[in-house]
Amino acid sequence: MLVLAIDTATPAITAGLVELTADAVRPRAARVTENARRHAELLMPGVLAACADAGAKLAEVDAVVTGVGPGPFTGLRVGMVTAAALGDALGVPVHGVGTLDAIAADVAAGEPLVVVTDARRREVYWAAYDGAGTLLDGPHVTAPAALVDRLPELGATAAAGPSAAATGLAVRSTAGPSPVGLVAVAAAALRAGAEPAPLEPLYLRRPDAVPPGQAKKVTTP
Amino acid sequence: MIVLGIETSCDETGVGVVRAEGGATTLLANEVASSVDEHARFGGVVPEVASRAHLQAMVPAVHRALATAGVSGRDVDAVAVTSGPGLTGALLVGVAAAKAYATAWDVPLYGVNHLSAHVAVDTLQHGPLPPCLALLVSGGHSSLLDVPDLAGPVTPLGATIDDAAGEAFDKVARLLGLPFPGGPHIDRVARDGDPAAVAFPRGLTGPRDAAFDFSFSGLKTAVARHVEALARAGAPVPVADVAASFQEAVVDVLTAKAVRAARERGMETLLLGGGVAANSRLRALAQERCDAAGIVLRVPRPGLCTDNGAMVAALGAHLAVAGAPASPLDLPADSQMPVTEVLVRAR
Ligand SMILES: [Zn+2]
Repeated sequence: MLVLAIDTATPAITAGLVELTADAVRPRAARVTENARRHAELLMPGVLAACADAGAKLAEVDAVVTGVGPGPFTGLRVGMVTAAALGDALGVPVHGVGTLDAIAADVAAGEPLVVVTDARRREVYWAAYDGAGTLLDGPHVTAPAALVDRLPELGATAAAGPSAAATGLAVRSTAGPSPVGLVAVAAAALRAGAEPAPLEPLYLRRPDAVPPGQAKKVTTP
Repeated sequence: MIVLGIETSCDETGVGVVRAEGGATTLLANEVASSVDEHARFGGVVPEVASRAHLQAMVPAVHRALATAGVSGRDVDAVAVTSGPGLTGALLVGVAAAKAYATAWDVPLYGVNHLSAHVAVDTLQHGPLPPCLALLVSGGHSSLLDVPDLAGPVTPLGATIDDAAGEAFDKVARLLGLPFPGGPHIDRVARDGDPAAVAFPRGLTGPRDAAFDFSFSGLKTAVARHVEALARAGAPVPVADVAASFQEAVVDVLTAKAVRAARERGMETLLLGGGVAANSRLRALAQERCDAAGIVLRVPRPGLCTDNGAMVAALGAHLAVAGAPASPLDLPADSQMPVTEVLVRAR
């Protein structure tokens, strides 16, 4: 099964093709560009470049997997709407996976792990996993110090993700999710031919907006 | 030729489908999912709320549009999308979706200017458009444009220097205790009011003011002063009279400047567009003044005036038929896209 994987929840714009078989997840091609401000411009060219690298046509894709965050909202939506529209136009299923889960799958640490990415505004997104890669806690958005306070209780001995250094733990990787990691998280559902759940972005924050109070007076009483 | 158009520059997720054949462009579908109710309690459009709604609404809106048009994705010959101007985060959702559909269907992609699309939409209702003067008024823009040809360069003659006309309606509605969006509510209550009850100022109409620019901020402040003075005196606010007088001040300036611009530019046609063009008093006064000046007035029906995907599809179809080059796949969302740029071209 040929799977297109997309993620735009970190500064990396990730597009890749992955061959999923009954017992393996094999990379065919990956295009990763670091540019936090140009997700929408660079993603589709990246998808086509990955197809060219793999010698495959977009129309040959059997399924799409997309990271659903958490991640800075504007970039996150670009990957998700691209995946949703491609799946719709190609008539193939689209599976959403947690971006942090995909990073954890890439590391396959064999040890308790926290995955940490940049949430901007001096906060981080994070989630904790056991040695088998099972999600224990998260994803959350907090100040780095609040995560550090939780580390003893979480039992993590290593960290991964672009903001892993904030933990003070041994850093296993600072990369965003790879196409293989993204597809690995959805592998069981893809192999089972399961109906994907509706795509739900993990924003973890409410929109910045407050209802207006009393109108400001323009005349001084 | 079947063209699908996507519009997400503000709070409407619009998807339209048109057919261009033998010089005529026909509307097949115009699906609009609006997040306006989610913005009401904030008294204005909240960009992040709008962008979240676009992501949820995008693919279902494409489905509905294709179903209504009675075509399948494989029948689509081109995809057009609003590249700007508008809210960046909102534009990005439509631009990304349009790229994906165009690529998967293997058809050309046209990234177009939102303002030109407001002009092009009239061809769906009234047929080919002669050279015209366009007055585009909405919550996001208030512009006077010289449009010799839909596919060619547009000359901006004037624009608001502060609030957009629709914004002024929203703010004054709030002062009068009317709900958001203010335009339709002010239009409704003004019908029972006296437009000459209060002599509100006409912005930028002095002899030394820019002839074709607009200003609505001073008018809004004048309404606030008036309402506050009544409140201080313990007098009730005559909402209908204030609404009618405010509305008259806005449409008086808009139509006077538009007709004067049409005359100066030698244009025989004036086109109204944008959400505020749905205002009944604006339509009536524009008609009156155009008749007096011997100018043909064209106003699309209200559903085509507000932001929608059909207008983007209409412009895309016009550009495709005119042989314009497709936009590159790395086309950006450009919140400040200049009105002189009708189509995003390869750099
Ligand atoms: Zn508009």
